[in-house]
Amino acid sequence: MRPMGGLTEEPVPATTAAPAGTVPGPPASAPGVEGGEVYSQGSAFRLVLRTFTRNKLAVIGVAIVVLLVLFCFVGPLVYRTDQVNTNIMASNLGPSGSHPLGTDNNGYDILGRLMVGGQSSIEIGLAVALLATITGVVYGAIAGYFGKVVDAVMMRVVDILLAVPIVFLFIFVATLVTPSTWLLIAVLGGLSWLAPARLVRGETLSLRTRDYVQAVKVMGGKSRRVVFRHIIPNTIGTIIVNATFQVADAILVLAVLQYLGFSLPPPTATWGGMLSQGINFLSDGYWWQVYPPLVAIVLIVVAFNFMGDALRDAFEVRLQER
Amino acid sequence: MAGYIARRLAQAVVVVLGVTVIVFGLEHLIPGGIARAILGARANQVQINAFNRENGFDSPVWYQYWVFLDHLLHGNLGFSYKQNRSVDAIIASDLPRDVMLVGTSLVLAVLIAVPVGVAQAVKRNRAFDYAGTATAFVLYSMPSYALGLLLVAAFSIAIKALPANAPQGSTVGAMLAHPAGLVLPVATLTLVTYALFSRYMRSAAIDNLAQDYIRTARAKGLSERAVLWRHLLRNSLVPVTTLVGLSLPAVLTAGLVVEQLFNFQGLGLEYFNAATTYDFPVMLGITVLVGCATVLGNLLADIAYAVLDPRVRY
Repeated sequence: MRPMGGLTEEPVPATTAAPAGTVPGPPASAPGVEGGEVYSQGSAFRLVLRTFTRNKLAVIGVAIVVLLVLFCFVGPLVYRTDQVNTNIMASNLGPSGSHPLGTDNNGYDILGRLMVGGQSSIEIGLAVALLATITGVVYGAIAGYFGKVVDAVMMRVVDILLAVPIVFLFIFVATLVTPSTWLLIAVLGGLSWLAPARLVRGETLSLRTRDYVQAVKVMGGKSRRVVFRHIIPNTIGTIIVNATFQVADAILVLAVLQYLGFSLPPPTATWGGMLSQGINFLSDGYWWQVYPPLVAIVLIVVAFNFMGDALRDAFEVRLQER
Repeated sequence: MAGYIARRLAQAVVVVLGVTVIVFGLEHLIPGGIARAILGARANQVQINAFNRENGFDSPVWYQYWVFLDHLLHGNLGFSYKQNRSVDAIIASDLPRDVMLVGTSLVLAVLIAVPVGVAQAVKRNRAFDYAGTATAFVLYSMPSYALGLLLVAAFSIAIKALPANAPQGSTVGAMLAHPAGLVLPVATLTLVTYALFSRYMRSAAIDNLAQDYIRTARAKGLSERAVLWRHLLRNSLVPVTTLVGLSLPAVLTAGLVVEQLFNFQGLGLEYFNAATTYDFPVMLGITVLVGCATVLGNLLADIAYAVLDPRVRY
């Protein structure tokens, strides 16, 4: 799969001028037209994309995610099942023609429940990653840019929040209020930005001493401009890679909370919830209640981890080749 | 280095104080206050006022925090009215069992991850390396309970070789009397922890392999075995300290899940049970403990790193 054409064409542009000043924004069709830019914007991203798509695991990861998203969001439109009203007459049925993956203890069709159950994991996982990434990037860039006391105070806050594990904290919150999708996103996102904050802060510490940042300052650029226009865009590789892993980690944490019973209340279907219910019947041999949700969770987490790994390689290659 | 350790120590104190602020805040998030949580829904306002007066919950917030800190410093984590025991006593009975589970798993995970990481680095991009990477990937992508579940399905249900429940002894000694029951919980937590470590160990070993001292060791005619065991392996052990310190929150979280799955009477299961029975003092006490353990772990790791690696300059 090489959508960007052959490998031999499109040589990497000369990199004598400091390319760090370029902003690898969205792929632009034309080479950089703004004055002073020697390096075309498009090719940097195209190089990343090419390295990414050459990675077999990355392609597998993307394929799995696309298939699972279709399965969870389009699937229920095609394969209609009742996931709200229980049907005791049809409980614990093995796989058959009318129920390809059997039914659970409440008589819910497992295949249909698998589709609906994935929706919350995917939605919350993506939202948490987005929220955590934006918060963490801005926080880390500000801490790293201003340094000194600001940095010390801001990083101690990160240390404090890192000390109390997210699952412990969320369980506590879940004993106070019934979790909703928004609460999950707010709490998990509100606690997951620590890793990107640390990463971006680390990069900012080195970026802020670069000549082009100094140049902006000399020319009278405001701190806000430096941080948002020059520092954050240059950490884009780290950000994207971390955001991908964030999705995987959020889905994992979510699966743990669902399993422990501190996630969305019944009758909402969740993969972790299906698993924790199915475990009760594992010794009865009702394998279809356990393995499908387990496989689904592992698949989606593996897929995002594949993508994150491949993206990291791709951005590293970009750094090496230029 | 003394300066570095002193600075690091001061940071740790600040962070521990921060953790206590969080826990104090959580206590005050409880709807109706801790009095309502302890006295129950049917307590009337007079009783609640009396409780608040007796326990100092009617004083200003800053003073309450001061009292809270004072109690913590005296090792008083509160009283569980649900269990009619002090939180100290509950933690004192759970902690040794938890240390056994988490400690054993951490040690085993290091013992597996380091040599496997070195072996993967030496046989880089060959079948063994790929197999190791794939295994670590799948283990890392599995929720901890799923892994335990597969082990139970295989070893407790399919071949009926190991019990699916942890021994219920009240002390570590009593639990060790039934070692078969410990195998699956320890194995699960070990594998989860191994997954956290393995990828890092591999890349650390690859970095080390490219260092000059390896070339020097080879150049002076050491056997490959001596190079690997005496030089590479020992140097690969240094970052393990940091890794263990940093991964403590993840390992303790996995510990909670594993304890819940295998009914292992540790702090994690205690926390889970406290959450299902709304036993807030126990939850708060364990949260403080987990937070302090994490901070202490990171502190020790940083100091150990500074001591172990003379190349690090501060």
